[in-house]
Amino acid sequence: MASVASRQSFGLALAELGESHPNIVVCDADLSKSTMSCHFAEKFPERFFEFGISEANMLGAGAGMALTGKVPFVCSFACFISGRFDTIRISIAYSRANVKIVGTHAGVGIGEDGHSQMGLEDLGLMRSLPGMVVIQPADDIETRQAVKFAAEHQGPVYLRLTRQKLDDVNDSSYEFQVGKGVTLADGSGLTLIATGGTVAHALKAKGLLAARGVDARVVNIHTIKPFDAELIAKCARETGLLMTVEDHSIIGGLGSAVAEVIAEGAPAKLKRWGVLDVFGESGTPEDMYRAHKIDAEGIAETAEQFVANAQG
Amino acid sequence: MAYPLTRDIDVLKKHANQIRIHSLKMIAKAKSGHPGGSLSIADICSALMFGVMRHDPRTPRWADRDRFIMSKGHCVPAWYSALAQAGYFPEEELMTLREFGSRLQGHPDCAKLDCIEAASGSLGQGMSIALGMAMAGKMDNADWRVYCAIGDGESQEGQIWEAALAAGKFGVDNLTVVLDNNNGQIDGYVNEVMPLDPIDAKWRSFNWHVIAINGHDMEQILAAFDEAKQTKGRPTLIWAKTIKGQGVSFMANNYTWHGKAPTAEQCEAAVKELSAA
Ligand SMILES: Cc1ncc(C[n+]2csc(CCOP(=O)(O)OP(=O)(O)O)c2C)c(N)n1
Repeated sequence: MASVASRQSFGLALAELGESHPNIVVCDADLSKSTMSCHFAEKFPERFFEFGISEANMLGAGAGMALTGKVPFVCSFACFISGRFDTIRISIAYSRANVKIVGTHAGVGIGEDGHSQMGLEDLGLMRSLPGMVVIQPADDIETRQAVKFAAEHQGPVYLRLTRQKLDDVNDSSYEFQVGKGVTLADGSGLTLIATGGTVAHALKAKGLLAARGVDARVVNIHTIKPFDAELIAKCARETGLLMTVEDHSIIGGLGSAVAEVIAEGAPAKLKRWGVLDVFGESGTPEDMYRAHKIDAEGIAETAEQFVANAQG
Repeated sequence: MAYPLTRDIDVLKKHANQIRIHSLKMIAKAKSGHPGGSLSIADICSALMFGVMRHDPRTPRWADRDRFIMSKGHCVPAWYSALAQAGYFPEEELMTLREFGSRLQGHPDCAKLDCIEAASGSLGQGMSIALGMAMAGKMDNADWRVYCAIGDGESQEGQIWEAALAAGKFGVDNLTVVLDNNNGQIDGYVNEVMPLDPIDAKWRSFNWHVIAINGHDMEQILAAFDEAKQTKGRPTLIWAKTIKGQGVSFMANNYTWHGKAPTAEQCEAAVKELSAA
């Protein structure tokens, strides 16, 4: 089983796509070796633009390039991207500019750098923008295909990627379909709905839960917008209990998107799980997943309690 | 009672050297962090903490203290060391940098440590905070001053220039900003990634008093802070020409040491070199 950081999968896929897609241009803000846009830069130096540490300007220039026919991928950490929200809101979204926004270093999974470098609110912000497609892939093959989708989709896309390596959750026959959740493992007692970095942990949690008498279904929601409300409603009907797991604030992201579906009519009890309205902090990536209980053990423990409470 | 400041160049140099040694040991122990810019700002931190700023380690939030904002927040190990050497917290705590549960976050967290004035770590923001403090000080006719360290890579952020414009307008002569011009950032050399030249003409045209110094010459550093204090009606930029990784031969002027921890062996070699200096 391979284990690749989604930023790395992205960087390699983009460099490959550069050949068949001459309109792709790539911009970075002094983080090309972290976002992995450096792979494209090396191969196509004349289509790579280093903006230095000026994210707002880079995003705005990306809009200008898109409005003139280029397909810009603008890259930085998710936190600094979402920090320039108004630029994205007006120059990109409202201008209907065909910009591909890439935010890496998602969530507490970045570890030691701590809160200031963690993207924890980006999903909530991005999915609030009309027309924005929001994707958070869970493994290598999904990321590569999502990058290709982004390059060929007409309209703004936000890609949320991880610093840490992600274990494969899909096999080699996998086909990415935007807006369609993926049921990775069936189960009837509850549905674990995960996205990005937490998906492989949720799959492992299924094994732990089985040993504790809970039969969990595992669903991967790689597209946060447009949202697969149908699949969520189906899981609600069939398992009655839903638990969302994300490396993001539980306010605004996947958990909120699922809550909206339930509130509008799908019958289920919901547990939102992730970063619980607190700041991130320094620690190893493993420390962080453990502390926020979004590693396999933490997910299993929380799910078990949720099921017990729901039954009791 | 305020911390007893010194003008003894040798003492200040010793503190600076200790800042470098601490920074490297902390970063090596944490296995992550930013050595290059911590070493380039070490002499400035030493001068501020032990020679220039009015502060009291026993009363970190003393209302009449001078304020310091490390706007280039990734270089906070240098300031942590200065704080520990001054007695704000035990030196042993330095080695918890970036550990889970530590008060010494990878980037400054003012809620965890009361001797830190504000959060930073997203580049370009600290100078505006410093500006606001200076404006508030003026409103209150306070005699404390505000200091702020910014990076040259950081100076590519638009907000730096918004703050510079506003500081010029508001005439905050109680604000002194140090530009750590080490010419290194992550993707390369500043003058290639996004050139800033001419630095002095830019700041002067924003109505700042500009003092150019060698940022590793303690006498020049002290003289510049004195001159800033005496400058009326305008904020001062101390344009400190520095070397990224200063003090360690294999790190000096090599931007690849921006955000990479030295191994235990590299750290030992570096500390040896610094101890001999
Ligand atoms: C807004 C923002 N963008 C990007 C980063 C990531 N980053 C951390 S340090 C750094 C380079 C900083 O260079 P400089 O300001 O020259 O600092 P120094 O060389 O003194 O370490 C970058 C791009 C950040 N912290 N904040």
